[in-house]
Formats: sequence, C-alpha cells, structure tokens
Amino acid sequence: MAEAIKGWDRNRMAARAAQELQDGWYVNLGIGIPTLVSNYIPEGVEVTLQSENGMLGMGPFPFEGEEDADLINAGKQTITELPQTAYFDSAQSFAMIRGGKIAMAILGAMEVAENGDLANWMIPGKLVKGMGGAMDLVAGVGRVVVVMDHTSKHGESKVLKACTLPLTGKGVVNRIISNLGVLDVVPGGLKIVELADGVTEADLRAATDATIVG
Amino acid sequence: MKNKVYESASAALEGLLHDGMLIAAGGFGLCGIPELLIAAIRAAGTKNLTVASNNAGVDGFGLGVLLESRQVRKMISSYVGENAEFMRQYLSGELELEFNPQGTLAERMRAGGAGIPGFYTKTGVGTVIAEGKEHKDFDGQTYILERGIVADLAIVKAWKADPSGNLVFRKTARNFNAPAATCGKVCVAEVEEIVPLGSLDPDKIHVPGIYVHRLITGPHEKRIEQRTTRKREAV
Repeated sequence: MAEAIKGWDRNRMAARAAQELQDGWYVNLGIGIPTLVSNYIPEGVEVTLQSENGMLGMGPFPFEGEEDADLINAGKQTITELPQTAYFDSAQSFAMIRGGKIAMAILGAMEVAENGDLANWMIPGKLVKGMGGAMDLVAGVGRVVVVMDHTSKHGESKVLKACTLPLTGKGVVNRIISNLGVLDVVPGGLKIVELADGVTEADLRAATDATIVG
Repeated sequence: MKNKVYESASAALEGLLHDGMLIAAGGFGLCGIPELLIAAIRAAGTKNLTVASNNAGVDGFGLGVLLESRQVRKMISSYVGENAEFMRQYLSGELELEFNPQGTLAERMRAGGAGIPGFYTKTGVGTVIAEGKEHKDFDGQTYILERGIVADLAIVKAWKADPSGNLVFRKTARNFNAPAATCGKVCVAEVEEIVPLGSLDPDKIHVPGIYVHRLITGPHEKRIEQRTTRKREAV
C-alpha cells in the first residue's frame, strides 16, 4: 500500500461508536478504544455500563487518593460507583450476559471476517492472554459492534474474507467501526455505511480484503 | 455450633492439602484474592496443583507466588495476560493451561456447587473451545456441553464473616469468590473481619455459612493492579 490513510483517530472512533448507543440500554464496553466510548455518550442518552467482573452502573475513575482496591473494572482499573450501581458475583454477571439482557457490546478486534467472525483473543505461539469474557459477550449480547484499526502496522487488512486467527465467535459481529469508516455485516459480505473524514470509498475498498456488497 | 474459626491460614489448611489436588480460587485480577491462603499453600509446598481461577495473579503476588515455586501443574483460567512467569512456563511447556471463557468458568463453579454435572451454553460454539465437546441444538441454536467443577478445596476471600461462616463481600471483590466457595468439597474463607454472631443482617448474606467450613482473619495487602484516577476540577 502507498501512503497510509489515517481517517479517524482513537477518540474519533470512540465518539462514532458512542452514536450507536440508545437511551436506556445496558452496555458492555471492552478494553482499549471501547473504554473511551464512555467519554462521548451523547446528551440525552443514558446508558448503564456493565463491567463483567460484577457491576452494573460503572462510574468514572476515582479522584487521586480515593482509589479502592475492592472497586475495579474488567480491565482491572480503579473506578467508582454511581447511585444506581449494583454489585453481583461472576456467575450472575455472565447469566445476564448469556441471558441476552445486555443490549450491546463494543469490543476491540484483531481480525473480523465478512461473515461476522471475530478474532480478538490470541495469536498462536506468540500472544497467550486468553479470551476473558469476550466469548460469552459475543455469544450473548443483543448486538456486537467492533472498534478497530482497519489495517495492521504493516498495512495489511484486518477486515478479511476469513479470519486467520483462532475465533472468539462465529458470525457474531453486526457492525465494524474502523479508522476508515463504518461497515455492516450483511448477507454476502460487508456494506459500507459511512466513510471517515478524508477517506474515499476507493481508499476503504483498497484497505479491505473482505467482499464489499451493495 | 461447630467452631469454624482458625488461628492462622496454615492451621485452617491443616489436613486439607495433598499433591495433585484441584483447588478453586476466588478473585478477579488481584481484586478479592485469598492472599493469606495462597501464601500458606506456598509455605506448605503442596505440588502438582490444578488451580481453577479466572486469572493467575502477577509476578510475585497472588497465584503468581505458586507459579514461581512451580507448585502449579495446570491452570484453568480465562485470562492470564498479566503474568510474565506464567507466559514463560506455558510457552516452554512446563505449565498446562485450559482456557475457559470467563462466564463458562464461573458457571462451571456455580453448577458444580449446585449439584449440576453439566450444562449447555452457546459461548464458544464454532471456536477451539468447542472442540471435542458435545454439541446439541435447542430451538434452532447450537450449544456445547460444559462440565460443572467440584474442587477438592475452595479458597476464597470475603470482607466480613460471622463465626457460622456467613460471608459478606464488598463491591467488585465478590466476583469469583461466591461461585468458587460453593464448588469446593471443603471451603476455607479468609476475611478482613470476623464479627459476632447476629451482627450481620441475615437479609444481606452473600454466601451462607453452609458452604464455608473454615475461617480465618488477618491483615490483607489488597494490592491495586491498575491505579487509574482523574484530576479534581480546579475550583
């Protein structure tokens, strides 16, 4: 690829992802860029954030000196509670995830395929971290939105015909928000919903290995 | 009433440890981990352990101390990304690892403690997690069979207990401690404070004492893994 097209930065991607949220929803945000989404929740929209380690109603980071070792999010960061907060154990937490009570999860990805397959938990022989709650989330929540860089550091597309890495879930992704734009998983491939600032459709197509339809 | 309160972590573990055993441990990251009991298992030197725990601690703290001393043969976990020694032992083949999706691990503990030997879940269908497991369709969706876990020993950490073993947790430190407590043939709990009988509200018990066989209290380090803060707005 020639000169890399930038499009949206991390914060713009998070802000775009925040537009997906609807008033009254219970939502789970993954680690990384998805965590930033909470900074951009549109005015008039109230969502309750679920943290899969056992909390509904996640508040912002604490003020310095007010950190509590007993109060962390799924990324192990210190956080705070809100007036509507509820705590529960891990079995209960995943019962509400598996049981379809969470409207949407916004997650990071290493690879997404045109059929909605998602890979975001391991690189064989290299990166052994684990899936955490990601497999349960993609299997259980109402809608899965992935926020990711469209290409790797080396310019290779991460939006593929088929994933090469071990899957987190099969056919689970509904929408991709990348630095280059927004794509939906539809029958036969991906449909372009929106282009990021300064990105042309030709740029997006050139950076996408997956089939683009419509 | 049977006295469940012991003098120390090592006294509470007396007669419960043997090489090759399966231990279920509570905690998420370093939050709510049974740090006193882990230290006592390190001191006891019990070997070839299989440990079911969401995470594996960090280097030098939590379950990381049992990895350093090579007492763990196998981990059953969902996420082990915080531990360099873990990664080294796993990639060199010294340590066995069974990845479980986090919700599947929690439910395996809950089910094991509830007398349910297996359950069907759609988590992991179409991934490596499903390989070799029974698949079954219900109402047009495919599920896989996962097994309940019954551990030889459960080690958990709570905030408060009364002498009958009723446990109360604090904030997100409840996490895996509640399901882990129920799945042990024997459960030892460590708490920050043992309060007199009658001083816990019976309507607010998180784990009833029937699940808890032995209790200890002691000072906890309660280490914070990722200290994140925000600045106070200048007034």
